[in-house]
Amino acid sequence: MSENFITVPLSGEHKKVSFLTPGVFLLILIALNGLVFLAGRFIFGIGAVTNLDNYYPWGLWIGVDVAAGVALAAGGFTSSALAHILHREDFHVIVRPALLTAMLGYTFVAIGVMTDIGRWYYIWHPLINWNPNSALFEVGICVMFYLTVLYVEFLPAVVERFLHKVNLPGILKGLNNLFEKILSLLDKTLPKVMFIFIIAGVVLSTLHQSSLGTLMVIAGDKMHPLWQTPILPLLFFLSAVSVGFPMVMFESLIAAKSFGLKPEMHVLSKLGKVMPLLLGIYLAFKLGDMFIRETFVYLFEFNTVSVMFLIELFVGVIIPIRLFLSKKVLNKPCLLMVASGMVVFGVFLNRVNNFVTAYTPPFADYSYFPSYGEISVTLGFVAILVLLYRAIVMIFPVISIPKDPERNQVEEC
Amino acid sequence: MSGISRRDFFKISGAMCGAATLSSVDAKAQSRPVNILSDDRMGVLVDTTVCIGCRNCEWACKDAHGIPTEHIDTYQDRTVFKEYRRPNEQSLTVVNEYKNPKSEYLPTNVKIQCMHCDHPSCVSVCIVGAFSKLENGSVVWDTSKCIGCRYCMVACPFQIPTYEFEKAIEPNISKCDFCIERTKQGKLTACVEICPVEALTYGPRQELIKIARKRIQRNPDRYVNHIYGEKEVGGTAWMYLAGQDFGEIEFKKFGDKPAPGISESIQHGIFAYFVPPAMFYSLLGMIMWIAKKRETEKKEKQNQISEGESHE
Repeated sequence: MSENFITVPLSGEHKKVSFLTPGVFLLILIALNGLVFLAGRFIFGIGAVTNLDNYYPWGLWIGVDVAAGVALAAGGFTSSALAHILHREDFHVIVRPALLTAMLGYTFVAIGVMTDIGRWYYIWHPLINWNPNSALFEVGICVMFYLTVLYVEFLPAVVERFLHKVNLPGILKGLNNLFEKILSLLDKTLPKVMFIFIIAGVVLSTLHQSSLGTLMVIAGDKMHPLWQTPILPLLFFLSAVSVGFPMVMFESLIAAKSFGLKPEMHVLSKLGKVMPLLLGIYLAFKLGDMFIRETFVYLFEFNTVSVMFLIELFVGVIIPIRLFLSKKVLNKPCLLMVASGMVVFGVFLNRVNNFVTAYTPPFADYSYFPSYGEISVTLGFVAILVLLYRAIVMIFPVISIPKDPERNQVEEC
Repeated sequence: MSGISRRDFFKISGAMCGAATLSSVDAKAQSRPVNILSDDRMGVLVDTTVCIGCRNCEWACKDAHGIPTEHIDTYQDRTVFKEYRRPNEQSLTVVNEYKNPKSEYLPTNVKIQCMHCDHPSCVSVCIVGAFSKLENGSVVWDTSKCIGCRYCMVACPFQIPTYEFEKAIEPNISKCDFCIERTKQGKLTACVEICPVEALTYGPRQELIKIARKRIQRNPDRYVNHIYGEKEVGGTAWMYLAGQDFGEIEFKKFGDKPAPGISESIQHGIFAYFVPPAMFYSLLGMIMWIAKKRETEKKEKQNQISEGESHE
């Protein structure tokens, strides 16, 4: 199937839309607003921009920028496991977009961590000061390695784009030869060693996706019993696996819409078919845990906590399972987008709930709610990420389109 | 977790690290967090039925740690008790006041500071191992390692470490360091030394437990029959006696199990000498190899068929 497709930069002859659109302008504004508050954080300290204090040391930035960011970038390892390790060639078309999301996602996780930790200039300290008892140490090291792996995995796209085409302007012309040599060396060696990185990527992801759940286990009764459980690492891993494909589907459909391409429904429907199984396993463990620990008693208190839990469960898991079981949903781009969007929202909310909603420290007589500055920085990062994604798919070969332009007719939903 | 497995972890992770950084890694890895649970560790017994709320300990603590403070006489001011206070970088220990059910005129005063756990969560969770449990029982923080992630604050069951949120550069984590600089020189901790009513007793933890038991035995009416900190979260160096239910003076109820227990066993279960990740890696490699082989065989077959067709 994949022989009918070519992976190309969406520029030049394949250009359908220009980079600048009203939506892009809006994103630039959101990004600038975020950058202002980001500057404030680095000049005046975390307290000046956030609502964090000694009772609530972690907030929106850890919950969204780091925890949700890592989870939503899970498409990278789930799709490379499917396409490369299980060797399903028909899914190769989704790997590069998923990889790009993961690469950008993890880059922003790293930036998010640097924004949140007080001594950001010591971010490399875990490399020389080890504490193997710490779940955070494991997450940190795995994320550092995985980010490297992701950049290596993306290199082939760079090689494809510039091999035999290096043409630096002006003074840099002298370097053309050198870059050409590096690229051809990479072109020869990368295919031979790539399998090492692909497997490493899946192993590293499995480790840190689950350890991210271990993080909050030690918070003990500071965390609401609806979420606090010794199987948190398992739940984090299962939810990461189940959000990987929906994220790929959601993005692919949005990209198709935004670039005026035909959605790759032949692949996306197949991904959608697996979803009831993946979500079902996650749901089984989540409900099983709830019944074993008898935490369902908190469900019907109808306070913020229980409502958030119910939304996470119904909107994020149960309703999408029903939707993905329907043939109509699997074949209609807009319905598939709704279903996968719900899973993405559900896992996003789960991470926010685990790190923010569920956290009720002793001695505090008030709750934490993120400040305008915190929200601005987070939205700014998301906006920059989307802008980079748009720019990169226009520069590098990431998205696949049918070889036969006739087949690339956009159908309205 | 024994030292052997930790050593193995370093060996293997060391091999994973780039050769370029290896030499520096080896040298620094020696400075990994200390976590000693000595039989002779020291502790403090706080008798809240004796404390008069003079807050001299607050002053002495600031004085000993070089924190700017007003004259000791100003600490006589009891209006500060109107508000419940928590320790922070300005005061590593604070005294609060509670109603005493036994007497309207003699309120209960409670000094709070780091409990110096026997199995400290902060030592367990710190990403760079900036916290250590030393031989004399102190739990101390090393500024040269800290990256300011504040995981210790999330993990601490007693909500003790605090952070300087208003600082953009070199924000510190602050908490009672058990006057490590003073005890090294054989001196008492500043708060114990200044306490005018001997509400604080410094000594070997095991002796303190015996003393506490005796006090409860001799005066069963004066004390509730509980030594807070003897068993809570696996035991703490600072222990408390009280004349009323510990819940009334805002001490949280805890089980006897060390706080880091579950998360550490999860961590070690996943990592166990790095065997599970290595096995997982090989398993995936095998699956990848088999899947690829099957795919190529399938393709060859298809090619043969199509070639056969074209020959015909």
